[in-house]
Amino acid sequence: MSDTEPPVSRRDLLTLIGTLAGSAVMYQAMASLGFAADSPHKGPLKLDGDPRGASVLILGAGLAGLTAALELRKAGYKVQVLEYADRIGGRCWSLRGGDRYTELGGAEQRCDFDKDLYLNPGPWRIPYHHYALLDYCHRLGVALEPFVQVNYNAWLHGQRAFGGQKQRLRHVLSDFHGHVAELLGKAVSQDKLDDMVSREDKEILLEALRRWGALNQNFTYRASLRTSDRRGYARDPGGGLSAEPEVSQPVGLGDLLKSGLWRYLATGNLYEFHTTLLQPVGGMDMIAKAFARAVGDDVIQLNAKVTSIRQDDGQVTVRYRDSRTGDNPRTASAQWCICTIPLSILSQMEINVGAAMADAISAVPYGSAIKIGLQFKRRFWEQDDAIYGGISYTDLPIGLIGYPNHGYGDRGKAVVLGAYVFDAPFAYEFTALPPAERVRKAVEWGAQIHPQYRDEFDSGMAVAWHRVPGTLGCYGQWSDAARKIHYQNLCQIDGRIALAGEHASYLPAWQEGAVLSAIDTVTRLHQRVMASR
Amino acid sequence: MPRVVPPVSSALLALVLASDAMAQPSDGTFASNQRFLPKDGEVLFRSICQGCHMPEGQGATGAGKYPALARNEKLEASGYPVFVVLNGLRGMPPFGPYLDDEQVAAVVNYVRSHLGNDYQDKVSPDDVKAVR
Repeated sequence: MSDTEPPVSRRDLLTLIGTLAGSAVMYQAMASLGFAADSPHKGPLKLDGDPRGASVLILGAGLAGLTAALELRKAGYKVQVLEYADRIGGRCWSLRGGDRYTELGGAEQRCDFDKDLYLNPGPWRIPYHHYALLDYCHRLGVALEPFVQVNYNAWLHGQRAFGGQKQRLRHVLSDFHGHVAELLGKAVSQDKLDDMVSREDKEILLEALRRWGALNQNFTYRASLRTSDRRGYARDPGGGLSAEPEVSQPVGLGDLLKSGLWRYLATGNLYEFHTTLLQPVGGMDMIAKAFARAVGDDVIQLNAKVTSIRQDDGQVTVRYRDSRTGDNPRTASAQWCICTIPLSILSQMEINVGAAMADAISAVPYGSAIKIGLQFKRRFWEQDDAIYGGISYTDLPIGLIGYPNHGYGDRGKAVVLGAYVFDAPFAYEFTALPPAERVRKAVEWGAQIHPQYRDEFDSGMAVAWHRVPGTLGCYGQWSDAARKIHYQNLCQIDGRIALAGEHASYLPAWQEGAVLSAIDTVTRLHQRVMASR
Repeated sequence: MPRVVPPVSSALLALVLASDAMAQPSDGTFASNQRFLPKDGEVLFRSICQGCHMPEGQGATGAGKYPALARNEKLEASGYPVFVVLNGLRGMPPFGPYLDDEQVAAVVNYVRSHLGNDYQDKVSPDDVKAVR
């Protein structure tokens, strides 16, 4: 309603705004050609020239390794991939019914999720501006669907906020904006901002605040149809008799401030969480599977635990064993090696690279993260709360509840992301518990937000990334200081060895970082190979 | 997803701590996502260290390994575990930002006198402070 109201009295003002907006739009249109100017991804990689059978050994079959394998094989290289785990994909991973997962320390979990249900223990969302990853998804035929980051009807919950009563995001957001707009409007009207706002801008600002905050003609935020158009009604508009809507009462500014719930309001404003985000239909590992089909299963060897990497003038030789038994030592060799092994593991391994790269390999701690998938007997968040996808946030140790962004309206079971915390005490404390205990606590805490948990819980899976045998941590946690000293050294080609992965990117923990890193490494390696002809 | 969160001001921190200090388990774990709150060395070991180094301090091996803390001769020089807990080592994250000097001393003293280790000398909070 208020978003589409016709231009009112300030005709000159609106004309002025229209002119300004028009010129900004024009500038953006001029600045972007083809692939967006703000992405390092310039479209499908073209590696020109015949490498004449040059060989590359790739360590790791996550997205970095798979990207490298796909591009190099396409360009005519002989490619072999060694992977520690018994599956391809690395952190691009989905757990489904029937899967078994054994973490470090030996605890095994069996996944009892129903058909078509899954947990993505690693990445679960793809921003629209992760151009390289999305480009591969499109070319490899990976079906995508929307990932809902911001759901206005989801909950914000603080243990001490409003006496522990959960609040709808739309209420907190609308009321916070409304109150701030009113305050700022008062300051402007009372000429308190004259030093900062010109007379002309003042008029514009007041009109903007009125619209942004849903203020009335007196520039106050008061319960009305206008404010209910933002935050929702006490009783929604209906049809026929008794159809008249009932306006809802905003929460007071003081209560909002003291609640601390404002801390969640900017989450969806982060560039990486801007609408539209995407997810693969059927689970994140659909991407890894599509890559593997394109690369060819014949070049990927699973269950291969690398123990040393040695280069000399002519080749790189890698020793490896069967990762399940520790037996059957073998070697693989090639003229070049692209190593995507996480630094948490590579820093413990014998590898003869120069001091600068060796120091870089040892300079990056690995972040902690925990994800817990909970299967419930029914979609009570949809059926009882009208929450379709998206995320509720809480200061409880579970951090958030992520609702499934697919299968809306299904009458069967469904899987919720029941906990996701990283890089802070709660992540470590969850990791230190046995898996069943992690699940039990996630249910207990989640029940404070959805009491239906108690009756509807069915089964759960808990993945603590420091316990994942193939990564020993979630992602490379670069500090600014370490990046300044070591990042360039990490990304060099050292003799015949080059690294790739999210740890060799400015997009830590994102699949886009792994893919862009691989594209960059492959491009430079190919240049070197061609130059050496 | 993960991003480095800038430090918050102390006034803000007080608010944040107040809001998530509704104690969960009685041992002080899961009480704050800003700092670890337990003071007891064994509780700190059980809620942090054993996540990687395992309940008996036996370590673990996958594609790489977590070294055993049990019967570990590197713990003889007390300054070494203090340094590693504060600053991390290779893939291990630093815990200095999450623990105060008393807590670091407590957990180092626990590990050095349990898990098959029997070093009699104790680390004091001042020893930790000197390494920060």
